[in-house]
Amino acid sequence: MASHDAQAHGHHDEHHHHEEHFISKYIFSQDHKMIGKQFLMTAVFMGLVAMMLSIMFRIQLAWPGESSDFLSFFLGEKWAPNGVLKEDMYLGLVTIHGTIMVFFLLTGGLSGTFSNILIPLQLGARDMASGFLNMLSYWFFALSSLLMIVSLFVESGPAMAGWTVYPPLSALPQAVSGSGFGMTLWLVSMAIFIASSLLGSLNYIVTIINLRTKGMKMTRMPLTIWAFFVTAVLGVLSFPVLLSAALLLIMDRLMGTSFYLSDIIVGGEMLTNHGGSPILYQHLFWFLGHPEVYIVLLPALGLSSEIIATNSRKPIFGYKAMIGSILAIGFLSFIVWGHHMFVTGMNPFLGSVFVFTTLLIAIPSAVKVFNYLTTLWKGSLVLTPAMLFAIGLVSTFITGGVTGIILADSALDIMLHDTYFVVAHFHIVMGMSAVFGMFGGIYHWFPKMFGKMLNTRLGYAHFWITLVGAYGVFFPMHFVGLAGAPRRYYDYSAYGEFDNNSLNLMVDLNEIITVFAIIAALGQLIFLFNFFYSIFRGPKSPQNPWSSTTLEWTTPVEHIHGNWPGELPTVHRWPYDYSVPGEESDFITQVTPLKEGEQSH
Amino acid sequence: MENKLIILIVIVLGVIAVAQLARIYEISAKLRKRQENEISSRDNNLNGRLMFGFMLFMFGWFIYLMYAYGWTGRGPAASDEGNEMDWLFNLNLVIIIVIFFFTNFLLFYFTWKYVKKPGVPAFYYPHNNKLEMLWTVVPAIVLAVIIILGLQTWSHLTGPTKPEAEKIELFSKQFDWTARYAGADNTLGLYDYKLTLDNNELALLTTNTIDSSLNYMLNGPSGIRILQNLINNRDTVFSDSTLNVIRADLSRKERTYRFLTQMKQNHNAKLDANAWDDIIQKDTLYLCKGQEYEVALRAKDVIHSAYFPHFRAQMNAVPGMATRLKFTPNMTTTEMRREKNDENFNYILMCNKICGGAHYKMKMIVVVLDKPAYKKWMDAKKKATFKDQYFPVAAVTPAEATDTTMN
Repeated sequence: MASHDAQAHGHHDEHHHHEEHFISKYIFSQDHKMIGKQFLMTAVFMGLVAMMLSIMFRIQLAWPGESSDFLSFFLGEKWAPNGVLKEDMYLGLVTIHGTIMVFFLLTGGLSGTFSNILIPLQLGARDMASGFLNMLSYWFFALSSLLMIVSLFVESGPAMAGWTVYPPLSALPQAVSGSGFGMTLWLVSMAIFIASSLLGSLNYIVTIINLRTKGMKMTRMPLTIWAFFVTAVLGVLSFPVLLSAALLLIMDRLMGTSFYLSDIIVGGEMLTNHGGSPILYQHLFWFLGHPEVYIVLLPALGLSSEIIATNSRKPIFGYKAMIGSILAIGFLSFIVWGHHMFVTGMNPFLGSVFVFTTLLIAIPSAVKVFNYLTTLWKGSLVLTPAMLFAIGLVSTFITGGVTGIILADSALDIMLHDTYFVVAHFHIVMGMSAVFGMFGGIYHWFPKMFGKMLNTRLGYAHFWITLVGAYGVFFPMHFVGLAGAPRRYYDYSAYGEFDNNSLNLMVDLNEIITVFAIIAALGQLIFLFNFFYSIFRGPKSPQNPWSSTTLEWTTPVEHIHGNWPGELPTVHRWPYDYSVPGEESDFITQVTPLKEGEQSH
Repeated sequence: MENKLIILIVIVLGVIAVAQLARIYEISAKLRKRQENEISSRDNNLNGRLMFGFMLFMFGWFIYLMYAYGWTGRGPAASDEGNEMDWLFNLNLVIIIVIFFFTNFLLFYFTWKYVKKPGVPAFYYPHNNKLEMLWTVVPAIVLAVIIILGLQTWSHLTGPTKPEAEKIELFSKQFDWTARYAGADNTLGLYDYKLTLDNNELALLTTNTIDSSLNYMLNGPSGIRILQNLINNRDTVFSDSTLNVIRADLSRKERTYRFLTQMKQNHNAKLDANAWDDIIQKDTLYLCKGQEYEVALRAKDVIHSAYFPHFRAQMNAVPGMATRLKFTPNMTTTEMRREKNDENFNYILMCNKICGGAHYKMKMIVVVLDKPAYKKWMDAKKKATFKDQYFPVAAVTPAEATDTTMN
């Protein structure tokens, strides 16, 4: 046995013998598990920053013009003189909050962390196809994160044109101070981020196609892997388009080209740019921007499929239909971007085409929801914190999803476009769902990542505060939007001049929202504490804590290079053999051979 | 400073408190030999019940908000198009509220009902084609209805206006709106942004405005002549960088001058009349009840968005691109005040596309009058057309003005 192994895996044995350097183990690691954890740590830090930014502008929205020690503490005299936030910085906070949350937390953090950790482990591969590119992907991500943070400290302020950075506002430093050096840093950071995302995605795709272990057919892959796979394909096809949009914007800003600029007079200066179109930028941006929503959402749905099946002790209902919906959502996500542009002056006929394609997405989404519900039905639910977060995800996916039906209807979008209704919609359906999926994933796979267990009670406390906080923030926000409040407004004092009733509604609800936001933010401290405390002091994890069927729980708790000592496991069955009638155990791992006469699912 | 200290102390104390709690918990768990991955049935049942309770709380709150803010909190629509939209909106809202209640109920009910019970195994149920077909087809049918109704409304809302629609233009810049009425001929005059001058803020295109712009480019305070003299003056020495800035400015102005010359050659003087009778209106936009409006939108610097929440109308104003919207107000301001029971209520035009620091202040009060009052207002306004503004001295005719500026 030993000699056989030595021959077959001599390379790995070599690694077992010598102690790894601190630098090659923790910093420039090429091991997918370490890279996944690096992504997670960076994303947790970025998420924390973005959350802090949101609390700052929420304070302004709830108590406009009132002095806040919190604001003066963090922003100082320059951006919050006497503790009152400056208008420009308000826009800066909103912009960077959105950018970090969408790209750095929910793209880099979610897909980066879990694709890295789970793809090789659930497929039975020793590592990613290219460990080096994988390392490069993380370091590009780290560099872009750093640049984005640095942009907050630039003298003229960070980018202030909203996270979509529409030109001409983002192209003209005369129009808003953040469109100076802050915007340049934003663009450079995003260009590097895109490079990181592409390196990562290509690696995931190649690994999933080529490095599946013996018996791991595509139709035996856990739904997590299917989700990561489609996510990576979406990323590869759409992020380059964002890069081109960013490059053209850089050229407009620095080289005097006119891709997005035409007939502009700003700050008393008549620009000679002619013939460009700001709408071109919007097309390019949203060609990424909409698939991006699913780049954020699909991994979360994949993770929750796995968590829900495991903790319901039931196979996921309609496995093939789930794969079909993931593929359908992935495909449709490329032909719906125009629904962000119904009122930009795009041809109304084109708008109607986008109405049609957009509403089609509701069908695979509905299939997913009903399949989750049927999976829960007559299950034997074990409500771990991960399971609660996964169920929370299904709830936010429904609640945020149904308002999408209204926004996708161009005729109704006219009156709701760019109001808080939109903000509520995408925060629930994309933000909260993805965050819940991410937390679920962390609680579920923490034992695999760190070999330790998280504290369950703190997990419950964290879940309940987050769930109540999430709905507490975004439920009333729908009503602020329905009443007509535009987004990205520094305050609603203007309403005092024409409609006091609406003003009162907005002020009241904004206060409630901010209070819930602060509670939810404080709730995250419980998570942070639990997370870091458990890494070092948590109880040791058992081999298979959740009695799961998938391959990652067959690897040793202590991480080793190459994941499995000795031979790679062979897969004999699909990943959802839970509570199979007539079986003694309520789960059968994928590596258990079929019994005589048993049919593969 | 003291407050900052307090904030810091609170944060530190909070972290310590959580740490202590966790330690106590950990020790007690060790004593009871409890494993983190084994969820006790007490925890399971408690969380199941809490989930169901949360659902009740969520539904209750939703109903309360709906009740407290009067369905949507936006009040009745004040335009024909708005009424059509509101009807569709209410229909869709009812559909999604039903889905919202139904699916969320199932989700939380199942979570509560099927919590693990000792000795009760889960039901192995991997798929059922009929069920899956059911929840593919039913949503598809509902969506088909939504799509068909939505597209019908959309084509009404974006279709052409009737010939008798009154034409107005909304001109946007950081951070205000200017309206331009088409005047007696109901035709808006042409414009070109290069003609923007202090006395022609909307850059309207007439023979005279082209001439003044040419003159300004050539002889203005930092015009071509002055810049040329600056560069050619041997008595002054500039640093290279300053010289480059001046040269760049000069070449840009020379280019603009050439464009203006071309514009002058191609200009059809007959079109001047369209612009001369236009009426430029700041601060307040007056509209007539029952009159359809064809609104052209224009932006000077960055993208703005003309947003009339009460008429349910919105469209972006994009630099370098013409966009339009249409609506027909059907309630006067007085009527709406009575309806809302608010003496100070006014219709509003707001900017709804982020456009810079004072974005939130960019607005214009809108007043809808009944027909006689509107006619009275308009008749008064017709005495202050663009022409009257442009030639403040009534005696000077356009032809003479051309002569003076041509020097």
